Amino acid sequence: MADRQNGATAGERKLAILHLYPSLMNVYGDRGNVFSLVRRCQWRGIEVEVLEAGLGDRLDPRAFDLAFFGGGQDHEQSAVGDDLVRLKAEPLREAVEAGAALLSICGGYQLLGRFFRTRTGEEIPGIGLFDAWTVAGQRRHIGNVVLRSSLGGEERTLVGFENHSGKTYLGPGCQPLGRVVVGAGNNGEDGAEGGVYRNAFGCYLHGPLLPKNPWFADHLIRCALQRRYGPEASLPALDDRLEELAHAAIAQRAQKLRHQRSGAW
Amino acid sequence: MGARLTAALLAGRAAAALSRRLGRGGGTVIAGHIVPRLDPRALRQIAARLPLGCVLISGTNGKTTTARMLAHILAGAGLTSLHNRAGANLLSGLVASVVEQTTLAGTPRADIGVFEVDEATLPAALEALSARAIVLTNIFRDQLDRYGEVAYVAALWRQAVQRLPQEVELVLNADDPQVAALGLERQATTFFGIADRAHGQASLPHAADVRLCPSCGAELAYEWAYYGHLGHYRCPACAFARPSPHLAAIACSPQGDKGSAVRVRTPTADLRLQLPLPGLYNVYNALAASACALRLGVEPAVVVRQLESFHAAFGRLERILVEERQLFLALVKNPVGCTEVLKTVLADGEPKNVAIMINDLFADGTDVSWLWDADFELLAGRVRFVIASGLRAGDMAVRLKYALVAPERIVVEPDPRLALEAALQRTEPGETIYLLPTYTAMLEVRELLQRQGYVSGFWED
Ligand SMILES: [Zn+2]
Repeated sequence: MADRQNGATAGERKLAILHLYPSLMNVYGDRGNVFSLVRRCQWRGIEVEVLEAGLGDRLDPRAFDLAFFGGGQDHEQSAVGDDLVRLKAEPLREAVEAGAALLSICGGYQLLGRFFRTRTGEEIPGIGLFDAWTVAGQRRHIGNVVLRSSLGGEERTLVGFENHSGKTYLGPGCQPLGRVVVGAGNNGEDGAEGGVYRNAFGCYLHGPLLPKNPWFADHLIRCALQRRYGPEASLPALDDRLEELAHAAIAQRAQKLRHQRSGAW
Repeated sequence: MGARLTAALLAGRAAAALSRRLGRGGGTVIAGHIVPRLDPRALRQIAARLPLGCVLISGTNGKTTTARMLAHILAGAGLTSLHNRAGANLLSGLVASVVEQTTLAGTPRADIGVFEVDEATLPAALEALSARAIVLTNIFRDQLDRYGEVAYVAALWRQAVQRLPQEVELVLNADDPQVAALGLERQATTFFGIADRAHGQASLPHAADVRLCPSCGAELAYEWAYYGHLGHYRCPACAFARPSPHLAAIACSPQGDKGSAVRVRTPTADLRLQLPLPGLYNVYNALAASACALRLGVEPAVVVRQLESFHAAFGRLERILVEERQLFLALVKNPVGCTEVLKTVLADGEPKNVAIMINDLFADGTDVSWLWDADFELLAGRVRFVIASGLRAGDMAVRLKYALVAPERIVVEPDPRLALEAALQRTEPGETIYLLPTYTAMLEVRELLQRQGYVSGFWED
């Protein structure tokens, strides 16, 4: 991959985004995250190629800079789990170790952990990229979520919507993405939400997480650029007024709904 | 037994009247909560007195329109339907409608029941009423916060259908694999579907919710897809395949946002029909209602005549004249339905004036992630302006931006009243504003228009 070192000037930069199982793992508007990454690169003149990998496809760990892995319905998720362990575990791990960025959500997040323990006690193996495991829970956590995250050194907010009954716990090899201000988070018990290992992220904020958290989208793009073009690779700012307006309105609405819920219900 | 039922009906009636006097609106279902408490068998008893029994209609999209179409067709055949109001489709809503249309002695003032039923309520409704026929339109992803997943609704229906006596008639969409699978082992099944490849595409679109065989779990092979996962499919691994429909729309010619001309092949005749509602999804609704009416013995000519004189419910696809501007209202509530509405709005290729109102209250679905599964990309380069409004105006505006609608054409105005004003201001007399609200936003708009005298209070029919 000799040309990697060459196109370091702005305008000629390129990124490859890998969308894992786009047709099977796509509930809750997950594709919004891919739209966000693609547009935010294009608006800066960074050329993007979106690669898709489905059941049976093999991965080249050097062919992508950023991977996205969404949530699925239970039915689809078990088919994907098998394929992931068999064909994708090694190359994904290799790419992440080499600095590639990765965002996984809900089912994707769970499958990248060590295992999922079902209600009957059966353990379905994940690929152990995250030092995390998930246990089937009794109640479903559904609603708006607001997190405080100090990813990248600065404390900032992430807003989203969760809908999961699995409870995820983190081992010492995995840091939380943030602390919940509104919502249940990983397990509804310890206040943590999401997991981080190197530039790989997992979380329960499903659907269009990145469009309304543009700083997080840019964090992923920056990681991907740095993996391809070295630590100096920079990312120009965009006009994010609309995104910030939405972000603020959602954070406010989530707080308000939380108060209503604790009051009236 | 009569006295108990009468007492329950009396109490329910009184509570409903009081609630209406207190200004809670015509949509109250209070009787639906009170009556079953006083007489748990009220619904069953009254329904059993319907001379022609009752029909239940369910599905993610189209159940309201299909139920109203069926009631309208039956009216053309001289039959009075006991019919629940749009949206009042939980068990309490059914009871409330029944109470309203029943004498205090418990005799329904109707020949037949035509009930629109919420997907998750279908099993309970089947327990509470002995239906003679069930019409199932489709299962799409809808309010996932409430029901979980498409597979969950499919499993609920499968269990409910398995418990039904064989003589209960099923009217099923052949083009939805999850729905069609319900009827394969039953004698009394009528399938309907579309067979006009001037529409749709040769592969499944991204927003398809069902890709796997309901029988064996293998990936279904699609020869043709109309929208979402509706189309012509077969399983490469087992014998499961789209059943050949008894009623098939063999030619659908869209006529802008006015409607479509449709040719329907039935076992006895070809029907030619000017359907006054636009969009392929309304062809499915018309097929579902026709299939059921024909099975109930209505003459084909009556079916055609009634469908041609059908009017949609408020906000489902309606034109209202407001200050010399046409307001075209169409409810949006889930990705596949919304995409089909967008296609209908944009059909003639002219640039459009659009306002989209997204709320996230319980009746809308509290999760607005679905906005990212609907193809708002269709609007890019084809609008004069789009106003993003409602409690989730911000989410909507961002969605439009990433759909590449030019930012200078996006207006954010969360307040529906101000949004409507802004839309009127930006629209020339004689032009149309396309207003796409979610359910509770639609109620807000209706109230606004009612207060200003543009629509009457008797919108519910
Ligand atoms: Zn099969």
